[in-house]
Amino acid sequence: MYELTGVTKRYRRGKATVNALDGVSLTVPTGDRLVIKGPTGGGKSTLLQLLGGLDRATSGSVVLDGTDLSRLSEAKLTRLRAERIGFVFQGFHLIPTLSARENVETALVPLGLRTAERRRRAAEALESVGLAERAGHLPDELSGGQQQRVAIARALAKRPQVLLADEPTGNLDESTRDEVMEVLESRWRELGLTFVLVTHDSSLARRADRVATLSGGRISLTERTRGPAGPAPAPPGPPAEAASGDAGQLPAGDVPSDDVPSGGVPSA
Amino acid sequence: MILTYLRRELRRRRRAQLVIAAGLALGIALVLIVNAASAGLRKAQDEVLQSLYGLGTDMTVGKSFQQPGASGEGEEGAEGGDARRPRFDFDAQEGEEQGSDMLMLDSFATLTGDEVATIAGLGDVAGAVGGLSLRDIGVNGSFDPGRIVQGEDGGQDQAEEGQDSGGAAPGGPGGSEGGESRIGGGGAQFDVNQFSVFGADVSRPELGPLAALEVTEGRAFATDETEAEAALVDADYAAENDLAVGGTLTMADTDFEVIGLTTPGTGESTADVVIPLATAQRLSGHEDEVTGVYVQATDSTRLDAVAEAIGARIEDAEVTTADDLADQVSGSLSTAADLADGVGRWLSSLVLAAAFLVAGLLAASSVSRRVREFGTLKALGWTRWRVTRQVLAESLVTGLFGGALGLAVGLGSAWTLTQIRPDLTAELGAGGLGGLGGPGGGGGGPRMGFGGQEAAQSAGRSLDIGLTAPVSADIVVLAVALAVVGGLIAGAFAAWRAARLRPADAFRRIA
Repeated sequence: MYELTGVTKRYRRGKATVNALDGVSLTVPTGDRLVIKGPTGGGKSTLLQLLGGLDRATSGSVVLDGTDLSRLSEAKLTRLRAERIGFVFQGFHLIPTLSARENVETALVPLGLRTAERRRRAAEALESVGLAERAGHLPDELSGGQQQRVAIARALAKRPQVLLADEPTGNLDESTRDEVMEVLESRWRELGLTFVLVTHDSSLARRADRVATLSGGRISLTERTRGPAGPAPAPPGPPAEAASGDAGQLPAGDVPSDDVPSGGVPSA
Repeated sequence: MILTYLRRELRRRRRAQLVIAAGLALGIALVLIVNAASAGLRKAQDEVLQSLYGLGTDMTVGKSFQQPGASGEGEEGAEGGDARRPRFDFDAQEGEEQGSDMLMLDSFATLTGDEVATIAGLGDVAGAVGGLSLRDIGVNGSFDPGRIVQGEDGGQDQAEEGQDSGGAAPGGPGGSEGGESRIGGGGAQFDVNQFSVFGADVSRPELGPLAALEVTEGRAFATDETEAEAALVDADYAAENDLAVGGTLTMADTDFEVIGLTTPGTGESTADVVIPLATAQRLSGHEDEVTGVYVQATDSTRLDAVAEAIGARIEDAEVTTADDLADQVSGSLSTAADLADGVGRWLSSLVLAAAFLVAGLLAASSVSRRVREFGTLKALGWTRWRVTRQVLAESLVTGLFGGALGLAVGLGSAWTLTQIRPDLTAELGAGGLGGLGGPGGGGGGPRMGFGGQEAAQSAGRSLDIGLTAPVSADIVVLAVALAVVGGLIAGAFAAWRAARLRPADAFRRIA
């Protein structure tokens, strides 16, 4: 379970200070699915990076299952990412020189598994996303949807507790988007993961029961019992408890862009 | 997987890797070539010095000449004249051929046997042998006495044997013109021949000038032939004078058996004749004297200490080391050695440093282009060390490839140079090596070695040496070490940058 309390994140950009997140408090129960949406530059990707231990909050705490990520050393944070957190990025972020299987294996390398075990788990992960027969293909030999499925397999091969997806369908067409979302949702349901999805796609947001909206670094939470765009998922965890944020204190326009259309890389 | 990743990344960026490797290869090849050429030049210099000095000799010791008046040790001959000046007595009758020769000391100062023993007994001295440089001067010819011719009033001619110690010119008027009579006719015809002779300590052939000689025909001295009347003759001198192994050479009224013909190792002129030291001392009348001492130190790092000790123990000693000799070698050999030591080393160091720098910048640039890749790997849980290792491994492989390439180019160049063997000339100037080559005429310094007066007189005599470029295991190890160091240096900065990269910063930077 994630517990965020008064999380603030400020960047220095030149002489200016940019408030990407401003006093965000949020709880995400274990096994829950949370969709974070909002305008470009609203702080969505920044929040996801704090959740994934890729960055540290300027103030406040980000606690995962009782561990305050902001207090962990760099080495322990790296270990936590290696063992417990899976990432899916908008631009796939596959190593271009490695095959689909080898790309999945890169996430297993830090676990120190034997080669045979690593290969077995990579093959298993690729099979779970329907790409067993493309295991030997290089990324540029795969379609965008297939590449993102490889990225999902890479995120899940380590059997993480948390799956963080940053605009996973941002670079995909509509049909491929649905295909990838099907894969993500099915894996979330089967594995009982805590799943946080960042998107600015309203249709994806409507598939979730809990939607957090970030704007100008402030968060507001919307809960619904059934999403209109699809079947209501059956999250294994308890419902959302609370979300808070003091909206309107800072101008949203100063926040760095969250959504990168071409590179697919979050920036704030 | 790690090796696969390494291999594929190197293949993906093979053009950049080739540029880095080529730069390193150029630097390493230059270092290798310069080192090999330097080794070849050192070898060539050693050959020159050995021909002057004798293999295994670290220094020579002579004595500076002191004016007899100043030292109070004027050497007067038994017959009242200066013993250094040749004096021949002729008693042949009119028209009769007469010849005489004598062995003259070819130096103005000598050392005693005790002094040789003192030097040999010094600490850090492995061995010391004496040598005696002599000159055989022979005069052959006939003498016609002048006659007293009476005046026109009918005097008588009176034949009178004349004595002419001054060596009158052939056919010249002898005597003087008196009032009523005069001396007419008379004169002398003489040939003066000379050649250099060296008395060598045959009991220690491994030390001193004997070590540099090559016996091309016949045999060398046996170590027990210390007082033998046997001679080694320079092959050129033998050819000019119709001497052959088994023949006889007469010096100071003594017949020597020619036991062998010799050539100097590198073409440097040596004495025309080499005889055992004790024999040379006896025949020249310089018992227990030597003109120079050839010294071998126990350790090449102790040469200065040995030279100092000799100076302290031997009065008026003048010590000449191989370095002193090397300083006096000029010509293209010296120029090439200077170039190799100066420009060559600087150039290769500069190119190597530039190659390291370029390789480092290219590697760092490569990391900049792979920010997203390394950011992703760190997001996946790759540690700093794992990322560092990956980048360093890539640089190391590139460095080793560059090293192999540089080694191949360097070895090929060294081999080619050795095959071509370009001639270098060592100029052995009169002021320097001439004196060292043998006892010079007028100098006051020590006169060492075989060369005789020719060495002192032949200003600018040159010696051709073929340049080789020997590659030792040390140089190969150096090249490999440079490749490894180059690779690591090139990768170090890049790896440091990659390792420091925080995933969020990486993603933010490429956004």
